[in-house]
Amino acid sequence: MTAGRAPGRPQAGAHPFGGSPGVPAGQGANPLVEVNDLAKTFDVSAPWLNRVIERQPRRFVHAVDGVSFAIPRGTTLALVGESGCGKSTVARLLVGLYAPTRGTVAFDGIDTAATLASPGARALRKRMQMIFQDPYASLNPRWTVRDIVGEPLREHGLAMTEPALEAKVAALLAQVGMAAADMEKFPHQFSGGQRQRISIARALATEPEFLVCDEPTSALDVSVQAQVLNIMKNLQRQRGLTYLFISHNLAVVRHVADSVGVMYLGRLVELSPRRTLFAAPRHPYTRMLLDAIPDIAMTGRQRTPVQGEVPNPLNPPSGCAFHPRCPHANARCSSERPELVEFQGVRIACHAVTEGRI
Amino acid sequence: MADQPMARAPSAPLAPSAGALARFFDGDVWHSFKQSPTAMVAAVIALVCVVCAVFAPWLAPHNPQDLASLQLMDARLPPAWVADGQARFPLGTDDQGRDILSALMYGARISLLVGLASVVLSVVLGVGLGLLAGFVGGRVDSFIMRVCDVMLSFPAILVALLIDGVGRAMFPDAHEALAFSVLILAISLTGWVQYARTVRGSTLVERQKDYVQAARVIGVSPLRIMRRHVLPNVLGPVLVLATIQIASAIITEATLSFLGVGVPPTSPSLGTLIRVGQDFLFSGEWWITVFPGLVLVMIALSVNLLGDWLRDALNPRLR
Amino acid sequence: MAAPLLEVQHLRVEFPTRRGTLLALDDVSFSIAPGEILGVVGESGAGKSLTGAAIIGLLEPPGRVAGGQILLDGQRIDNLPAEAMRKIRGKRIGAIFQDPLTSLNPLYTIGRQLIETIQVHLGLDAAAARARAVQLLQSTGIPAAGQRIDQYPHQFSGGMRQRVVIALALAAQPQLIVADEPTTALDVSIQAQIIALLKSLTKEQGAAVMLVTHDMGVIAETCDRVAVLYAGRVVEIGPVAAVIHSPAHPYTVGLMGSIPAMDQEREQLMQIDGAMPRLNAIPPGCAFHPRCPQAMDRCRSDRPDLLPAGATQAACWLHDSKVAA
Repeated sequence: MTAGRAPGRPQAGAHPFGGSPGVPAGQGANPLVEVNDLAKTFDVSAPWLNRVIERQPRRFVHAVDGVSFAIPRGTTLALVGESGCGKSTVARLLVGLYAPTRGTVAFDGIDTAATLASPGARALRKRMQMIFQDPYASLNPRWTVRDIVGEPLREHGLAMTEPALEAKVAALLAQVGMAAADMEKFPHQFSGGQRQRISIARALATEPEFLVCDEPTSALDVSVQAQVLNIMKNLQRQRGLTYLFISHNLAVVRHVADSVGVMYLGRLVELSPRRTLFAAPRHPYTRMLLDAIPDIAMTGRQRTPVQGEVPNPLNPPSGCAFHPRCPHANARCSSERPELVEFQGVRIACHAVTEGRI
Repeated sequence: MADQPMARAPSAPLAPSAGALARFFDGDVWHSFKQSPTAMVAAVIALVCVVCAVFAPWLAPHNPQDLASLQLMDARLPPAWVADGQARFPLGTDDQGRDILSALMYGARISLLVGLASVVLSVVLGVGLGLLAGFVGGRVDSFIMRVCDVMLSFPAILVALLIDGVGRAMFPDAHEALAFSVLILAISLTGWVQYARTVRGSTLVERQKDYVQAARVIGVSPLRIMRRHVLPNVLGPVLVLATIQIASAIITEATLSFLGVGVPPTSPSLGTLIRVGQDFLFSGEWWITVFPGLVLVMIALSVNLLGDWLRDALNPRLR
Repeated sequence: MAAPLLEVQHLRVEFPTRRGTLLALDDVSFSIAPGEILGVVGESGAGKSLTGAAIIGLLEPPGRVAGGQILLDGQRIDNLPAEAMRKIRGKRIGAIFQDPLTSLNPLYTIGRQLIETIQVHLGLDAAAARARAVQLLQSTGIPAAGQRIDQYPHQFSGGMRQRVVIALALAAQPQLIVADEPTTALDVSIQAQIIALLKSLTKEQGAAVMLVTHDMGVIAETCDRVAVLYAGRVVEIGPVAAVIHSPAHPYTVGLMGSIPAMDQEREQLMQIDGAMPRLNAIPPGCAFHPRCPQAMDRCRSDRPDLLPAGATQAACWLHDSKVAA
């Protein structure tokens, strides 16, 4: 990172978490978002009649199984993992699209689940917004861009007259590098990258402090992705935004994140500042992920062959979820689930690491 | 990464929008219409029928409902081109001296009115229930779908007969307006199910889409989301179904009137005319029943063909 | 130098629409040597999938080959009747598509699909075909192949299915495999496995591969040479290391610069302003000139051919040796 830093960003080496139980409070002691033992279970049982007739048990998917982290203001926490790891579910839990089965989400000290069910929901919703992965499904195909970007303004009474609304929409579009004339058009007249920018404009309409970004560039071409990522970084710098950035692409995460959390089958297995994670990954799964990234630079590095595939979330392995694929697993790993603990400056959930075996 | 699937035709951008009408005429739907002779012919026929029906009081040469103008001397005259026909009764007269052509126009009016009204009611009911079932889910959804299943297991005519009969029994000396309402209600209650199912399916799909989630994150109430976001996107198939169902509703009405339990006899519809004419069929006065039958077929066929074309035109894959 | 296995010469693919004819591929030429892996990389709308489709003969109407030739082993295949093309497809050209879910028929066991292919193209009897099918599955790394051969596609995970698809593609021992985004729908750890598998199996069988993808990382790991497509044209082609480390065409430079790299940190990613032109609005001259930081007057009017540029060839007037630098 360059030496001259814009104001609003935490200093180098800031502890990415603080105030969570069991973790010493570092700088950024008042994190904007604090998640504690968050869990979400989905009931995927067969319909009642089938269960009775075929004598099937109820089945549950623990999409998120006890996740805790904190995000200091003005920073970006990235959650990475492969399909089925629960990162998208965490995103949706944070903005209230799902209600947690267990655990709490605190936004600026406020319990979100409780507030969203109360009359105070409106005020809270203004402060956090979401950007979605699919640029083709995240905009209503029958609405003009003006209506799409203007919807939050209307909903929260931020523009009282039509001209005021249009002026604000034009300003928002300009922020993401689009023309005011675009507000007359429909989504299908734009490319994927432009639609994502419209999504970003919509998300910024209520001037939120916190943006949850669910794989915002995964569906975009590389050069378009670069444009969108640059816009997002600039906006963060200008407005002091806090991001939760979900992605499966570690290279992108490296570019945008301040701290990174690695998820596997609904659990956080490693959580550390970005530099540390990429320079010295601890958890065997993190190492495997980093190893699996194709080597564009073609340094000819040796790759450890990867074992197996992500297990079925309906039937997770006992103990540590990763143990069937882990080259360092021992008897304890298959019976006892490791907790996410503080270890040498990072948080890690791995017996092998905490026992000093790797 | 969403690349184009193997070898799909790349999409050309649309012309800059200059109003909805301009967009429509520039769009693929209108273009498909111009290319389909069937659709154009069907549209012309349907249009002619509708115009005749709507403007019947002005277009019809005689007024068949004016009992004072009827003369028994004019009864059972054949169509003008047959030996004993007269020019002022182009399609002949019935057993009371009513001009068939005028009776057809007025009859088509009744038929179309009942047909359209019942389809509109069906659509409102079906789309509403379908949206509710798809959006709310759970027990509400199950209940509505079971009701649909039950309704589908009855033949439509029987349901219509039943409701009609109940209505008549409840209001034995009902005057015309009520009789019409009962009839329209009967027909619409048999037709709403298909809309409900289609819309429920579409709603289930749209509900998962990100733009609905985005609206939820913004804080829009579920009712507004249903109405403003989901509804416009699920109406496509409804349009096609409704067009085709107009024909079916008209035929149902004709059937009921033919059976004598449809429109009141003072405002005969095409079905009534067919029934009336049936008695004279075997004495050689074929025109009294054949012409109403032909008109009925023409309306139903043209509307059906239009509906077929519309379904293909709106189907993105076939474009 | 051995004769090329596949030669694409001045290929043009058109889509007649009611608003005019769209030229989706405009004078695309390249060749693949036997046993070579050629990557075809480009962004959405560049025409890379269409190139694969044209070669296999699966262009969806109204798209059609409007010019140029495709030669397989010296024999023209773009103008063959459907029946003849069908014989070639599968026997001499194998295909792997992006979505393993739809590449396999969900109603038949994978064994049946494999055995059917083997019998049709290799003419073996049922027992021999089955034995070969099991062996193929084993070579693609599917455990307990002898039992799993009788399972249905839905009983396999995404990565496993893609292995089955690879087995299917290789079943008849084709000379050329066209793979269209074979790893895009898979998790990154599975991607690595599948890439390695594809590479080893094709080297073993001596098959050439045309690998179509948007992912430069996959190209770097797998390919010998790479062609970069932009707006239906080849803008650069050459050995993989050269194109990635010393790209000659400004678009390739921009493309490589926008990829967030694992080995360096940058505050801002290099970005190419604007977007790829739509097919009915391709600018005259060089298609990239409106976005090119080094555009010259000549670029606006004359379309460049592929010119030698160091270790690669680039369609860019910057490398025109006849003009004084």
